[in-house]
Amino acid sequence: MIKILKRDQPSKAIFFFTPVLAIFLTLVAGGLIFFILGFKPFEALKFFFIIPIADKYGFSELLLKATPLCLIAIGLSFCFKSNNWNIGAEGQLTFGAIVSGGVALLFYEQEGFYILPIVILAGAIGGMLYASIPAILKTYFNTNEILVSLMLVYVSKLILDYLVVGPWSNPEGFNFPETRQFSDSAKLPLLFEGLRIHAGIFLALAAVVISWFVFYKTYLGFQMKVSGFSLKTAKYAGYKGKKMIILVFLISGACAGLAGVGEITGPIGQLHREISPDYGFTAIIVAFLGRLHPVGIIFASLVVAITYLGAETAQIFMQIPKYTGQVFQGMILFFLLASDYLLFFKIKFIGSKK
Amino acid sequence: MHKFLIRSFVSSLVLLFTLTVAAVAKDVKAAFVYIGPTGDHGWTYQHDVGRKAVEAAGFKTTYVEGVPESADAERVLRQLANSGHDVIFTTSFGYMNPTNKVAKEFPNVKFEHATGYKREHPNVSTYAARFYEGRTILGTIAGTMTKSNVIGYVASFPIPEVIRGINSFTLAAQKVNPNIKTKIVWAFTWYDPGKEAEAAKALIDQGADVIAQHTDSTAIVQMAEKAGVYAFGQASDMDKFAPKAVLTSVENNWGPYYVDRVKAVANGTWNQKDTWHGIGDGMVVISDLDSQMPADLRSKVKKLQADLASGKVHSFTGPIYDQKGNLMVAEGKTADDGMLAGMMTYVKGVEGDIPK
Repeated sequence: MIKILKRDQPSKAIFFFTPVLAIFLTLVAGGLIFFILGFKPFEALKFFFIIPIADKYGFSELLLKATPLCLIAIGLSFCFKSNNWNIGAEGQLTFGAIVSGGVALLFYEQEGFYILPIVILAGAIGGMLYASIPAILKTYFNTNEILVSLMLVYVSKLILDYLVVGPWSNPEGFNFPETRQFSDSAKLPLLFEGLRIHAGIFLALAAVVISWFVFYKTYLGFQMKVSGFSLKTAKYAGYKGKKMIILVFLISGACAGLAGVGEITGPIGQLHREISPDYGFTAIIVAFLGRLHPVGIIFASLVVAITYLGAETAQIFMQIPKYTGQVFQGMILFFLLASDYLLFFKIKFIGSKK
Repeated sequence: MHKFLIRSFVSSLVLLFTLTVAAVAKDVKAAFVYIGPTGDHGWTYQHDVGRKAVEAAGFKTTYVEGVPESADAERVLRQLANSGHDVIFTTSFGYMNPTNKVAKEFPNVKFEHATGYKREHPNVSTYAARFYEGRTILGTIAGTMTKSNVIGYVASFPIPEVIRGINSFTLAAQKVNPNIKTKIVWAFTWYDPGKEAEAAKALIDQGADVIAQHTDSTAIVQMAEKAGVYAFGQASDMDKFAPKAVLTSVENNWGPYYVDRVKAVANGTWNQKDTWHGIGDGMVVISDLDSQMPADLRSKVKKLQADLASGKVHSFTGPIYDQKGNLMVAEGKTADDGMLAGMMTYVKGVEGDIPK
């Protein structure tokens, strides 16, 4: 007989084990789906998860893809750890890209070492400004940050649409919805000849180190943790809740804004309507898969990044529909949430008594 | 007897030669990059119909659907170029810069970019269709069939391609009915069934009884069917989605061009060019004309179609005036391709301003 018992305390070992379990279950379920669709499951999984990163170029593309996911997820972990549900990272990314792209366009055809730092800073500020809206509305008007931050995503996309169709569109570009190409001084330097991986990866790594330091070595990190467990306790302890809410949103917005900068001043090199394939939303999966832990997020961003690359490879070589990549992302989240059940309950096998 | 032997020897040599050439030709692999899903029944669907024609011609093809115009496009292109594809068709405007970038790295792979204008390297060609010719037909039908004299038009983005379509449509409608007005709603999307349906609804509410569209989903013709007004299919024959509303469709027919270009790669005769084909070359096809249209209109449309194909009639024949009454094309003249490519003003009879 199987008996389900509630745990007194969530198990720490299981806390870090369930993401691995979720990935394993996703692979099993994915293989099953491939089998049902009529593909050889092991071959399909190989094309999905191994072939795309089997060479130097593929691996660099994995890092390129993981960089914005990691950066945004690190930012989100500040919010999520402290019970602030910022769902609008995609909007903060877009607005950061708008501000930084605008600055980059101001320096059109200009050269100078000072341009890139200004462009990067502008992106971080843009993201912070945009994230401050749900934060301020939450702290002073008690609005729901989930709704506000989510709705602002669509607003930011419309602003971007307006700018690239209208005032910022390339004057030589036949009115197509895109800006001019940025000058080289406004672009992030490439790390290796012939590969697209750029200096933005250092921003992500810096975010990882800083967040680890803040989470585990500072008073702010402790405050965030306490607020995350219980807002009442935090209040009782006398923490200035409003300040912290605004601060975590600003950090989260800055990270998302920087991810936007990385895309437009990295591989894209201009502003147009589709600067991000919903990194801001996918990063939510990354943050939770990484257990809101900086190191966990690095691994999670790599795992999720590969679902994008794998979907392309699987379609090119096996004609598997590319949208299966999204199915995989969904399954990872689903199995993670499902296996989190084990955090709070344990399953006991009891010998049947006759 | 000798003659026969020699003849059969020669002919088998010829046969062998053709077979070898054919075998070489069959080795050419073509790849297609799509912006949407192959099941969109619009833009991407038609490109995939073209791809199937290439397969039917005996070539191997690969496609990748749903490739965003973000940083991902470049990786997909590079992967295709790296995995033995000889010619790559990139079928959305937003792939223009990645196409040229990757083309530089792979000088032996041919790139064909749809609807763009950049050919920065000798291995990049561009192609597009003269859809405005199809819209001349639609305008003629709309101008004849409307009773309210208000025609609705759901547009995507204010680029020359779309403005040209609106103008060509309006000019043709005015020719058969000087009183008509074309009302535009900008959906700012190529494919968003929800937004498109809303736009169509808004136009119907404003009294439009014929709806034209320059977006790709079937939502507009379905909305027209529900409201009991006429509409036209876009990109593919949409008659089955709204049998009463759809009078005809303008179909994008890429197959012949694709087969042609892939064969050219196989024969080694591929060269860089900028192709802009219309009804005459079969890239723009008018679907069956609905029987709700009076017989004389149908025969008129058939004749117009033939005249557009032969070049006897041009969609932009003067005198053409803009909204303010300034002469755009003088009497007896036709607009040249340069003017068409950069067309960013409405002709007289279109309501509203181009969004800036």
